[in-house]
Amino acid sequence: MYPQIFGVVVMFVATLLLAVPLGRYIAKVYGGQRVWTDFIFKPIEKLFFKVSRIDPAIEMGWKQSLVALLTINLIWFLWAMFCLMNQSWLPLNPDHNANMTPDLAWNTAISFLVNCNLQDYSGETGVSYFSQVYALMFLQFVSAGTGMAAAAVVFNALKDRTTENLGNFYIYFLKSCTRILLPLCMLIATIHLFEGTPMTFKGIDTLTSVQGDTMHVSRGPVAAFVAIKHVGTNGGGFFGANSAHPFENPTYLSNIVQMIAQLLIPFAMMFAFGFYCNKKRLAWVFWCVMTTGFLILVVPTIIAEVQGNPYIAHMGISQPGGNMEGKEIRFGAIASAFWSIATTVISTGSVNAMHDSFMPVSGMNMLLGMMINSFYGGVGVGFLNFFIYVILAVFIGGLMVGRTPEFGGKKIEAREMKIAMIIALFHPFLILAGTAVASYLAAHDTNMGWWFADAAGKHNASGWFNNPSHHGFSEMLYQYTSSSANNGSGFEGLADNNPFWNISTGIVLLFSRFLPIIGPVAIAGLLAGKKFIPASSGTLKTDTGTFGMLVFAVKVIIAALAFFPALALGPIAEWMKMH
Amino acid sequence: MKRELIPSLILTIVCILFFSGIYPVVMWCIAQAAPNKGEGFTIKDSNGKYYYENIGQKFTDDKYFWSRPSAVGYNAAGSGGSNKGPDNPDYLVQVQAAIDTFMAHNPGISKADIPSDMVTASGSGLDPHISAQGAEIQVARISKVRGLDKSKVAALVKEHIDGPMYGMGPERINVLKLNIALDNLK
Repeated sequence: MYPQIFGVVVMFVATLLLAVPLGRYIAKVYGGQRVWTDFIFKPIEKLFFKVSRIDPAIEMGWKQSLVALLTINLIWFLWAMFCLMNQSWLPLNPDHNANMTPDLAWNTAISFLVNCNLQDYSGETGVSYFSQVYALMFLQFVSAGTGMAAAAVVFNALKDRTTENLGNFYIYFLKSCTRILLPLCMLIATIHLFEGTPMTFKGIDTLTSVQGDTMHVSRGPVAAFVAIKHVGTNGGGFFGANSAHPFENPTYLSNIVQMIAQLLIPFAMMFAFGFYCNKKRLAWVFWCVMTTGFLILVVPTIIAEVQGNPYIAHMGISQPGGNMEGKEIRFGAIASAFWSIATTVISTGSVNAMHDSFMPVSGMNMLLGMMINSFYGGVGVGFLNFFIYVILAVFIGGLMVGRTPEFGGKKIEAREMKIAMIIALFHPFLILAGTAVASYLAAHDTNMGWWFADAAGKHNASGWFNNPSHHGFSEMLYQYTSSSANNGSGFEGLADNNPFWNISTGIVLLFSRFLPIIGPVAIAGLLAGKKFIPASSGTLKTDTGTFGMLVFAVKVIIAALAFFPALALGPIAEWMKMH
Repeated sequence: MKRELIPSLILTIVCILFFSGIYPVVMWCIAQAAPNKGEGFTIKDSNGKYYYENIGQKFTDDKYFWSRPSAVGYNAAGSGGSNKGPDNPDYLVQVQAAIDTFMAHNPGISKADIPSDMVTASGSGLDPHISAQGAEIQVARISKVRGLDKSKVAALVKEHIDGPMYGMGPERINVLKLNIALDNLK
C-alpha cells in the first residue's frame, strides 16, 4: 500500500509546487505585463483582434463584459449543435457514426459549452472525429477560457480602487486560451504520446487476439483531446470509459500527469488572485480553506476503498487491492479514490474508475464535493463560487462584530447580498427539485411515453436504474448534482440517453453555469464602483485564519442544511444497511 | 448584444481554425516521432502477428492466464464498467458465480487466496493487467494443462511483475505479454 500512498502525495505536492509560479504567470498575463510567451502569441492575438474588428484598448464595464460573454457562448452553442446533428456527412468520420438525435445533441452541446461534459453518448460510437475535434474539443478550450475570463473580470474589480472599467472581456478570454491553456496542453499531450496514447485520424482496427477471437480497437486523435479535457477541467472523455480507458490513460505516469493537469489551474487561479490584487495572504487563506475541505473528503474515501466491499469479504475471497469493481489494476484503489474526490471538488468530472461501483462513503463524499462545488472548483468558476461564500461570510461576520460588512475596502450592501443568496440557494434548488421530480416518476413507475424507453423498449420510469433501492436513488441524485455543479461525472449505470434526462439535465446545466457567472461578476462590478475605504482598526480582517474558519463554517452549514435529507436517503442509508 | 455579434462571430471562426485546426495537426506531427506513429503501442508474437500492448484481451482458455472479467467482453470498439453498486443483489450473485467458475477451473487452490480483482470487472472493460497474486494463483493450472514445470511457470510470472514506478503505484502484470511469453516457453 505504501507505494500507492506515496503516489498520491507526490501528485498533490507537485501540483502545489507548480501552481505558485503558474499563478504568478497568470497574474502577469491578465495584468498585461510582459511574459515569455509574447514572442509567439502576441502577433497571433493581434491578428485575431484585427480580423474580428475588436479594439483591445477599449475597456468594458461588468454589464458589457457579460453581454459579450453570453453572445459568444450562444454562437458556440449553435456551432456545436450543427456539428453534432450533421456529423454523418461531415468529414473525418471513418467509423461511419450516425447523427445525434436532437435531444442528445442539445444535451451534449450544452454540456460541453458549460464546461460540464456530462456525456450521455459513448465516444467510440456516438461522435465522429470531426465532432470530437471541431465541436467538443473546441468547446473544451473556449468554455474554460470563458470561466477564466469571468474570474479575471472579478480579479480586476477587486483591486483597491474605484472604477467602472474592468478590462476587455475578449482579451481575457483569448489570452486564457492562448497563453495558459494551449501551452500546457501541448506539453501534456506530448507526454501522453510517449506513454502510449494514440493521436491518429485512422478508424477502428480489426485484429485476431492471441486466443483467436476477432477484436476491434477504437482509436483516434486522443492525445490532443485528453490534454485540454484536464487542463480546462472539462472532463469529457474521448472514449466511453473516460480516463479508465487504457488508451486515454495508459500508465501510472499518465495518471499522475492528468491529475496534476486538472488540479493545476484551479490551484493557480487562487494564487493568481493573490498576485494580481496584491492580496497574497488572503489567497493562501482561501487555498487553506479549500484544502481542508478537500482532505476531509479524500481521506475517508481512500480508507473506504482500501477496506473493500464487506459483502465480497463475506464470500471468503481476499481483497488485497481493496474494492476493485470498476477500477483498473494499473492505478489501484488509492489513486482511484484520490481521483474520484479531486474530480468532483473541482468540476472536471473525468473518471479513472467507475463511480457507481464505489463504496457508499465514497459516493457521499463525491456528492458533497459537487454540492459545495468550491473546494478548488473548476477553472475560473471555482473562484467565482468561492467568492459567493466569502461575501456571505463577510456579511455574517460583520453582523457578529456589529460592523458594516466590508470586503477589500468596499461596503457589502443589500443588493450584493441578495445576489449572493440567490446564487447560493439556486444550486441546492436545482439539484433537489430535479431529483424530486425524477424520484416521483420512478416511485410511481410512471409510463414515460416518448420521454423514456429502456433497452427492452419499456417506458416505465423505474427502468432507468441500474441498481435497486438506495443506490438507485443515489444515481438520480448524482446526475442532477453533477449537472448543477457543471461537473460531468456520473453514476453511469443510470440510463441517461433519452429525452427525459437529456432535456432536463440540459436545462439545469444552462442555469447552473450562467447564473453563477453573472452573479459574482455583477457583485464584483457593483463593488468596484463603490468608494474605497482604507482599512481601519474596526475593519473585519479577511486574511486571517479566523476568517478562513468562518468561510468554511458557512459552506458546511449551507451544505448540511440543504443536502443532509437527500444524502440520508441515498448513500447514508446504503452505508447503514451494509454495516 | 447586436454590437457584440459580429466580433464574436469572427473571433469564433478564427478560434475554431486555431484550436481545432492547427493544434491537433501540430500534435499529429509530434506523434510521428512517437512509437508506432501515435497509432497505439503494439507488440508482436513469435509469428509476427501484432497486438495492442495496452488493450486487454479476453483470455478464457485454460492454457492461458486469465484476464479480469469485463463488462464489454474486451471488445475495444466500446468501453465501460459494470456500474453495479456494491450492495446490488444481482451483482453479488454474479461475483459469487465468478468465484465458483474460478474455483472449478483451478482445483486445489484455497478460496481465501483469490484476489478480488480476478472476479470483479474493471472500469474500462479493457484492463490489460492483473495483480501479481491473480497470476500466481493460476500457476498450478497452467503448468498442469501445458505439462510444464511449476517452478518454471512461477519464475515466468515473477519475471513479468511490473513494480511500482519510481516507488509509486501498484504492482501489476500485463496479461498479454505474459501469455505471449508463455507460448514461447519450451
